[in-house]
Amino acid sequence: MRDGTRLGFILLLTPLLLWLSLLIIIPHIDMFLVSLRERVGVGKYEISPANYLTFLQEPLYLWTFMRTAVMSVLATLITLIVGFPVAYYIAKMAKGRIQSLLFLLCLVPFWVSELVRTFGWMILLRETGVISSLLQYLGLIHGPVEMLYNDAAIMIGLVYTSMLFMVVPLISTLGSLDDAVIEAGYDLGGSGPSILWEIIIPHAMPGIVSGCIVVFMLSLGNYLTPTMLGGKDSLWFTELIYSQFIVRFNWELGAAFGFVLLILSSFIVWATLRLTGQTLEKTMG
Amino acid sequence: MTPDLQCIDLTKRFGDTTAVSDVSFSVPPGSFFSILGPSGCGKTTIMRMIAGFLAPTSGDILIKGKSVLDVAPNRRPVNMVFQHLALFPMMNVADNIGYGLRRAGLPKRDITRKVGEVLERIGLPEIGRRRVDELSGGQKQRVAIARCMVLEPDLLLLDEPLGALDLKLRERMKIELKALQADFDTTFVYITHDQSEALVMSDQIAVMNQGRFEQMGTARDLYYRPETPFVAGFVGDSNRWSGRIERSDGGVLELRTEIGLLIRGTAQGRALGGGQSADIFVRPEAIRLSRKETELTSLDNHLKGHVTSLLFNAAASRVLVRDEGSAGEIEVALPQSGEFDDLAKGDVVHIGWSGEQANCFAAGAE
Repeated sequence: MRDGTRLGFILLLTPLLLWLSLLIIIPHIDMFLVSLRERVGVGKYEISPANYLTFLQEPLYLWTFMRTAVMSVLATLITLIVGFPVAYYIAKMAKGRIQSLLFLLCLVPFWVSELVRTFGWMILLRETGVISSLLQYLGLIHGPVEMLYNDAAIMIGLVYTSMLFMVVPLISTLGSLDDAVIEAGYDLGGSGPSILWEIIIPHAMPGIVSGCIVVFMLSLGNYLTPTMLGGKDSLWFTELIYSQFIVRFNWELGAAFGFVLLILSSFIVWATLRLTGQTLEKTMG
Repeated sequence: MTPDLQCIDLTKRFGDTTAVSDVSFSVPPGSFFSILGPSGCGKTTIMRMIAGFLAPTSGDILIKGKSVLDVAPNRRPVNMVFQHLALFPMMNVADNIGYGLRRAGLPKRDITRKVGEVLERIGLPEIGRRRVDELSGGQKQRVAIARCMVLEPDLLLLDEPLGALDLKLRERMKIELKALQADFDTTFVYITHDQSEALVMSDQIAVMNQGRFEQMGTARDLYYRPETPFVAGFVGDSNRWSGRIERSDGGVLELRTEIGLLIRGTAQGRALGGGQSADIFVRPEAIRLSRKETELTSLDNHLKGHVTSLLFNAAASRVLVRDEGSAGEIEVALPQSGEFDDLAKGDVVHIGWSGEQANCFAAGAE
């Protein structure tokens, strides 16, 4: 009997272990080793921190890195601010069929591939696009306006792409808050803002943090949206990694960039958890 | 003296259904008022209207003589203990109790003092720093009451707060709630579907059914002198028979039930004449049980039967007796004086009750 459960346990664990080791652990170990190589001649390599030094010494790389981090944090905050009322409405105010319908509406954009969705934004925002034409037609502007290829366009794209990943954990934590607790707050003299601040947000904290972590990581690692909506000057760190690997064929530097990004995202997730007093078990469980 | 709470022709309709229909009552200061009714009778709707979470369709609510219809729930001098207590799980006990005071903008020192005082009063002075989920059921109950009482409301509403507790604790909390009410000297309005909670604690009880008040009175009034068949059936247990009145003579009636049993009863002043269909209610505990016929001859109703089953439930034990003549089954309380300890299924017994104890209502009055 004991051997039977053991076997079952091993069988259930195998796909997960294969997944983790083949797709995550082994590539990362290899990438780490690659990032520590320095090419000293044709086909000759030495172990050295040269790639990491290149990253630190080149202002463009550092600047792009910082910019990507700040923009991702900002995108996460905007997603939270936009997503919270949406999630609150769906979880607490909408009832029955309306509730499922609204939830479905949040989900619908994800039936289309990210590429198509981003093209949708391009159709809206480009110089000859829907918004520009509409404004001209209404006589509000006199020439076509280019709304693509700037930071605002990137931000719109990032927020739009990650909305669902913020709304879903928020709906589930807000849904678990008993309506009577909110009513008790009102009954005891609380006003709207104080109930939001003292009761609803503390309760929703695990959902807020887990949503933020997911959205932050998605934004930081996003390649398509910044490239398409931000154009050539978008300066997104994933683009640098891409160009090192694919364009420059400098796998060593690309691997180093990849590792720097991994360290950054791990650090920010850790810092967020520490700052909000949450634990990974609480937010992900 | 102005009543603490007065409801005048209170009505609430949800679409086509009328949840509360023309309910009027007033609650004098310092009393314990209960609304007793089956689930879905509209009692929670009344409570939520008083608290301010629902607006009445028509009618008025006055607290200390002033209408509160235009007052938002967070400004009403009313606090509510919720069914599942709704303590704030994200705060410790002291912060829970202090929430209302903080919202009222009291200085920190006063809040700490008042919270300390109220914790002392509910007999839990040491638990301020504990988390809510570390408390036992009874402690949570007391904290929920303290959280309201610290604000010194004119009126405390309690929405079936004992429902989630186990039986023993519920019995203890009934006594404790009554004591707390006397101690705080605040008007309590309590709603419940559990008659024993209402009967034990209340000064006044309103029995509610299908959005209306059936009867209002003390626990004894409701039990001894029910005014409607619903109250007779809902408060306490009853044997109930339907039949036709054969003879009516100055309040004393004779009713022939559908199964042919002849019962003498009273109409308690209600107009009931011969030939009318009626329902008659007799409480199991009003029926005398005896082994000898001679002991019961003085009673208006007596008959002979045999025991068909014994429903043992300690002090609330019952015997089902099948009448020999009509084959109708009658529920009789089993006296726990030792005399009937050896009573067994199939035994022949005599039962009887006085006409005073058989309450008669016109059929269809419910």
